[in-house]
Amino acid sequence: MSTPVLDTVKDAFSKFTWFANGVLGGDKYEKYLAHHRATGCTHAPMTEREFWRDYTDRMEKNPGSRCC
Amino acid sequence: MSESYSQHGSTDVLDRERPAAYVDPEVLDREHERWTPKKIAIWVAIALLGGVSWWMVALVRGETVNGIWFVFAAVCSYLIGYRFYSRFIEAKLTQPDDRRATPAEYDADGKDYAATDRRVLYGHHFAAIAGAGPLVGPVLAAQMGYLPGTIWIIVGVIFAGAVQDYLVLFFSMRRGGRSLGQMAKEELGTVGGYAAILATLAIMIIITAILALVVVNALGESPWGVFSVGMTIPIALFMGIYLRYIRPGKVGEVSIIGFVLLMAAIIAGGWVAETSWGVEYLTLDRVTLAWAVIIYGFIAAILPVWLLLAPRDYLSTFMKVGTIVLLAVGIVVVRPEISVPAFSEFASRSDGPVWAGSLFPFLFVTIACGALSGFHALIASGTTPKMVEKERQVRFIGYGGMLMESFVAIMALVAAITVDRGIYFAMNAGTGATQGTVEGAVAFVNSLGLTGVHLTPDLLTETANHVGEQSIVSRSGGAPTLAVGMAGIMHNMMPSLDLMSFWYHFAIMFEALFILTAVDAGTRVARFMLSDTLGNFFPKFRDHNWRVGAWITTAVMVAGWGGILLLGVTDPLGGINTFYPLFGIANQLLAAVALAVCLAIAANKRKFKYLWIIALPLAFDLLVTVVGSWQKIFSSNPAVGYWANHNLYKEAQASGAESFKAAATPEAIDAVVRNTFVQGTLSIVFVVLTLIVVLMAIIEVIRAAKGHEKESNENPYIESKIYAPAGMIETRSEKELEKEWRAYYAKHPEAISGSAGHGH
Repeated sequence: MSTPVLDTVKDAFSKFTWFANGVLGGDKYEKYLAHHRATGCTHAPMTEREFWRDYTDRMEKNPGSRCC
Repeated sequence: MSESYSQHGSTDVLDRERPAAYVDPEVLDREHERWTPKKIAIWVAIALLGGVSWWMVALVRGETVNGIWFVFAAVCSYLIGYRFYSRFIEAKLTQPDDRRATPAEYDADGKDYAATDRRVLYGHHFAAIAGAGPLVGPVLAAQMGYLPGTIWIIVGVIFAGAVQDYLVLFFSMRRGGRSLGQMAKEELGTVGGYAAILATLAIMIIITAILALVVVNALGESPWGVFSVGMTIPIALFMGIYLRYIRPGKVGEVSIIGFVLLMAAIIAGGWVAETSWGVEYLTLDRVTLAWAVIIYGFIAAILPVWLLLAPRDYLSTFMKVGTIVLLAVGIVVVRPEISVPAFSEFASRSDGPVWAGSLFPFLFVTIACGALSGFHALIASGTTPKMVEKERQVRFIGYGGMLMESFVAIMALVAAITVDRGIYFAMNAGTGATQGTVEGAVAFVNSLGLTGVHLTPDLLTETANHVGEQSIVSRSGGAPTLAVGMAGIMHNMMPSLDLMSFWYHFAIMFEALFILTAVDAGTRVARFMLSDTLGNFFPKFRDHNWRVGAWITTAVMVAGWGGILLLGVTDPLGGINTFYPLFGIANQLLAAVALAVCLAIAANKRKFKYLWIIALPLAFDLLVTVVGSWQKIFSSNPAVGYWANHNLYKEAQASGAESFKAAATPEAIDAVVRNTFVQGTLSIVFVVLTLIVVLMAIIEVIRAAKGHEKESNENPYIESKIYAPAGMIETRSEKELEKEWRAYYAKHPEAISGSAGHGH
């Protein structure tokens, strides 16, 4: 069931979700894992749950302004 | 930092086979300067369309003008400004170097410092700078007619606002993502630095207060609005718990759930407002609402981030981008005819009912965000510089991001001027003028003698019914007017659905959502600034884990903006009328601080020939804000000058008068005396602090011009080992290099880190 039109639609949709997720900041854990892999650290990476806890804990110290 | 960077698991093979991290600048320049027939045709078409649109908007004087011309005039001007002016700034002033690693590369930690795809970062940065400001300012500026606001939004952004955002982002990125306050201290010395930090703190308080005032004015006497905006709190709490305990990290998923719940809350609000208990318990007066926002602000700022602020951020980003796209589609599809004059009767006067003061300088402070917004300097020196992948991308993200915000302001302006002028003035004049009643509003608006305006009581009550409100008289603050305009456009796009009241409350809800998030975050940021400052005298305040300290500083900050908010809601002269100019002046003064810091940096980089790029917007901004402040402080016209009004009401107070002008009771007279004192004092504080900062910057420029060499505060040069194209559209040479990188990553997947992995 793979037609060129369907593929284009699928591709456009996956690009859109990739973009929307990135703008929302939903890809932060993936990026952290990629960084962890690339640096070749020997210690285990944080789990997803740990990572997001750490993320909001850091935001606690540095909330950042939201614009008017 | 170079050490942590080189602990990459890189082998010799990776190093040897890695493609170049940059396209040869000469090749890029050649590509840029090569004018192919196709390219020439495109730019001629853009220039022609822009010219025709400006002609239609500015010069053709028909009965009406179509809203679509505003969109074309804006977009074509942005494209030309981006292609030619921002490129000129890049070539002459910033001179980015893609051989140089950005903080996101050399300080990469996979968390705060993380290289991000330029298109994603553009969206991210835009969502961070855009808020309620560009939606509200243009609405209020429509008092003067549409043309002055349109010109300022478009010309202002190209020569001032986008330049500021671009330069602050660039200079902060070169300095490892340092904040505006830190840069001010480094570049301008201790006095300038402290003045900048104090100015920022004071300005944040007034901005938070006025934003809160906009929300309170929009929700006063509106059970529907109170219900749907109130529901955002439990929805955010649910999302927070969901993200922490049920499905950690599923940000997109929870945002969609939150969005559906929000829509349900708006619909349910319509039912609640019909019930007797809804009307009884949720019809709140503005003073009660102000206290509710103050209590909310305090609790929100001390609750854990994960519970309320983080989920609100997701919700507000989701709504922001979605709504703006919706509004753009609406304007393009509906193409509303606009009958508001280019220059209104008030353009040459200084006694407008929406805000007092003459066109110059007060139009230029009323529209702050959208043309030039100092607050952006805090964002551009915050998270964004730590996420930029390559130096050459900063033009697209900083300058281009601000152009998009300006476009939002243009759309808000178009939406506002689709509203009938009679309704516009009835909604935006203070209760002192309209008595808050339909009859009072009709009498007042018709007495203004505006050509073509004849307001009837039926029109006002009918419009209120359409949008699901009991009354729309004196709903000042801009948000309700924009909501009426937007509801009209959306309704015209799909009239058969008959959703006018839904769209009105949709617009009110999203504005309240941005603002309440900004109030929460602003209180938190201001609290840290305060505790750091107090830490110099009482070291214990430096410990951010000290709960008591956190509560004290939060309470002080909330008391600061909450106090002003209460003054605003009880102001007999109309809170927006008297406080909004102060908000605009504060924001524009912050822009002066940011531009002054950029000026000192550029001078110390010895870019004297091109300092005018910064000096031009700085000089205009200073002219506007200093003249504005001067009039607010010294004008003898009590409608404009805070102190003139203060003395006038003080005399009335001393004479024991029972009522005086807009003040109907002795208490109201006392309130005016108190408010004008606060406003006058704040005006003086802001302008003095800013002038100190600018003076320090000028001293830096003179010292540099005299040959004084100052060591650069930029972080040292580190060679970049990653590559990404600069703009939205890749050039041929950029595409070729990208292909090489794709082949390299395919062969060495272990080298993939950060945004490179997505390969889109």
